[in-house]
Amino acid sequence: MGADTGAVGRAFAAHNYAVGREKIREYARAVGETDPLHLDLDAARGAGFDDLVAPPMFAVVYCAAAIEEAMFDPQIGIDFAMLVHGGQEFEWGPLVLAGDEIATQVRLAEVSERLGMVFYVFESESVNQRGEVVCRGRWTQIVRPRA
Amino acid sequence: MSELEPGTQLPPLSVTPDRTLTARYAGASGDFNPIHLDDEFARSVGLEGRILHGLYTMALVARAQTQALGGPQHLKRLAVQFRGAAVPAEEITITSTVSAREGDRVTVTATATQRGKAIIRNATAELEP
Repeated sequence: MGADTGAVGRAFAAHNYAVGREKIREYARAVGETDPLHLDLDAARGAGFDDLVAPPMFAVVYCAAAIEEAMFDPQIGIDFAMLVHGGQEFEWGPLVLAGDEIATQVRLAEVSERLGMVFYVFESESVNQRGEVVCRGRWTQIVRPRA
Repeated sequence: MSELEPGTQLPPLSVTPDRTLTARYAGASGDFNPIHLDDEFARSVGLEGRILHGLYTMALVARAQTQALGGPQHLKRLAVQFRGAAVPAEEITITSTVSAREGDRVTVTATATQRGKAIIRNATAELEP
């Protein structure tokens, strides 16, 4: 059975994310960040930022709702039991701070099949409240064949 | 880092995530896939037990770069391919080597290994010192 490429190019609904100070701290602690820019408000302000700075990989938090909407779309039809995360790419613009409002939109960029595995590539674009692109992501998901 | 020329090794980062890490990362990231939380479920899909989130391991690769360069503002791009599953309670080591420098953009190639195997290889980071 060939991969269904009918949904390639489709864009999904944008999702908004309000970046909170405690969420930045929670994420930073989970991944072991010790840079005070992510944890200590006085240190962040002392370094010239208005609020706590999100680690770059915090992108997974503000992208989550938009990427889930795309991956769970019934037209895409991903078999989650057989899903593995094959690869990930992020490109960052201006830093994201607590208080920012980030809008993320995802589109399905590619569907291909190799050796019975189906590769889905999603692209995300995240824009802050000033219209600046803070992150572009490329998410490669692989669905293995059922035995 | 005064010298970021091709061949320069950045300081390695070694982390041993404890047994509660996958629960904390799930809460922080919103990814509650049971392969990361439930040993029994993970074994039922052919894994040895619950595995780390790939994006957690990628965050360690990112941290190795930002710590070496002195802050989050220096990391401009990171691309990784996930290879094999990483597990809790075993040490992960990130090694990073400068592969190119063009103007003020430095390219680093990084690897994450655990139990002698690459769990992320050929990671490419672009940094602005």
